[in-house]
Amino acid sequence: MTVPSRALPAAPAAAGTLRDEELYAVGEHSPWRAARRVLWADRAALAGLLLLSLFVAIAVAAPLLAPHDPHAIHLSDKLQGPSGRYPLGTDQLGRDLASRLIYGARATLGSAIPTTMGLLLFGLVVGISAGFLGGWVDRVVVGSVDVLLALPRLILSLALVGFLGPSLQSLLIAIIVVGWADHARIFRAATLAAREWEFVLAARALGASDLRIMARHILPNIIGPIVVLATLDLGHIILMISSLSFLGLGIQPPNPEWGAMLNDARTYLDQAPHLVLLPGLCILLSVLACNLLGDGLRAALDPRSRRR
Amino acid sequence: MIRYTLSRLLALIPVLLGVSLLAFLLANLAPGDPAELALSQGDQEPTVAEIEAKREELGLNAPMPLRYARWLGDVVRGDMGLTYIDRVPVLPELARRIPATVQLATTALLLALVLGVSIGTVTAVYRGTLLDEAGRVLALLCASLPSFAVALILIYAFAVALRLVPVAGYGDGHPRHLILPAISLSVFTMGALVRLTRASVLEVLGQDYIRTAYAKGLSKPMVVLKHALRNALLPVVTVAGTQFGQLLGGAAIVETIFAWPGVGRFVVESIYARDYPIIQGFVLLAGLTFVLVNLATDLLYAVIDPRIRLGAGAQGGGDDSA
Repeated sequence: MTVPSRALPAAPAAAGTLRDEELYAVGEHSPWRAARRVLWADRAALAGLLLLSLFVAIAVAAPLLAPHDPHAIHLSDKLQGPSGRYPLGTDQLGRDLASRLIYGARATLGSAIPTTMGLLLFGLVVGISAGFLGGWVDRVVVGSVDVLLALPRLILSLALVGFLGPSLQSLLIAIIVVGWADHARIFRAATLAAREWEFVLAARALGASDLRIMARHILPNIIGPIVVLATLDLGHIILMISSLSFLGLGIQPPNPEWGAMLNDARTYLDQAPHLVLLPGLCILLSVLACNLLGDGLRAALDPRSRRR
Repeated sequence: MIRYTLSRLLALIPVLLGVSLLAFLLANLAPGDPAELALSQGDQEPTVAEIEAKREELGLNAPMPLRYARWLGDVVRGDMGLTYIDRVPVLPELARRIPATVQLATTALLLALVLGVSIGTVTAVYRGTLLDEAGRVLALLCASLPSFAVALILIYAFAVALRLVPVAGYGDGHPRHLILPAISLSVFTMGALVRLTRASVLEVLGQDYIRTAYAKGLSKPMVVLKHALRNALLPVVTVAGTQFGQLLGGAAIVETIFAWPGVGRFVVESIYARDYPIIQGFVLLAGLTFVLVNLATDLLYAVIDPRIRLGAGAQGGGDDSA
């Protein structure tokens, strides 16, 4: 994928923060080439990718990997330590902890990954439309983005879940409603610049429709860096889902979700601390994987930090 | 400076109107008829006629824009309506819980600032050493750990196993009750500030005036503290403002775990109880607070950095708070 040399003017940035626009001031626009390069050179990012792949594999293969049914209750075996029968011990209802952690990967990633994609898609459609169409569409979008960014994310998500009623569906809606603004802002800025690219003007001169120009000419050329940033977003969304599930406002018990499992185990903290530690470790590792990978990819796209 | 302040204040009005519209729409979007909810107490089912009378009384039959205007008028005068469950005014219920939350969030922010800036500076000055690696790993872990997991681990270690501090509660207001909640809340922000400070100090250390400072024979601590840090902390100020808003949100989780008598816990309880007016009032207050804190940050920034109030960096400075 080649891109014209015309790029956004680089605005003076606060030290250390990569401005959205600068993502496009890079000569190398293929995120896949950048990804390959950074993954070969950056062991931390490679570790992140491997770890994330491992969690995805566990989530997909959960029924094959789990030694027990994650919902099966064995009251006579409750709060046991690791044994041959229960590799990581059991919880307060005698359910197998290992199986619940494995299915927990499915619950968390199975909702976090589609939400991240939904967020991107919504931000993409809104951002490109606003940047390309301008006029009142743009004003409405910019106004909404300003309002959404004026509120702390967690507070707004909490409120939305509160009004919609606590459930996984409400939580995912809340995350998308609250989170699209960032993406829309970035896509809008990129589209504003892309509108002036020669081949976009050429397509317009040839009589291509707005929709065709947006979908065929602008989109493929601005989507790369944002897909990379979505990796970082996935980490935030995993944290958000587990936090609200911990509060009982997301994935509901008895479904095995790491945050909800932590909440269940709170009462047994003094008798069985591993019931808290292991789900906590799963959240930590999955978010860490996203952060490692995202940081590496971001650094590879940042012209100022490119040392190699 | 006065002109800059006024222009920033004016810019707040549309945002605040937007926040109020959002809070209004959210409450009207919620399932359930407010009139029926207001009448349903105990086991008694209100009759259709009673509900209709209540709808008229609450002004629910008026068109949406008119209702928004009336509601906004009430809110501006400090009337956020009555709670569904206890039928008491919303604003005082929220207001008396604010001090505990502000106490928690401010302590957490200060903790995050002191630790984050010092660790960030040390990692930057000793770039590439083991110290740097350790600091970066710590920052990464902090950014990946949810506050509730930190809280539970801290409770287990310091309250259950070592019995150094109370498990939960506000107690008599003694600072020992504040330690664990404040640490749990500050961890994520601290991680973010370590990374930001490190990057910022590294950038400043590469500037010409730092070389000049060394060239004229100043010692390393002198250069770092007096010349580098002063300039490197500018972006930290902006982010600290934004982070305070995030801390107010995060307080909901930490307060719930530690039974801290703040607004966050109150709102989580109201969500369980579906007491919509409280949630609505909370969104309004949080929006107002967040917007004002960001304004204060912008003004502070302009005081520290004359380039902004003189307009040269106007387009560069305002955008970063997002």
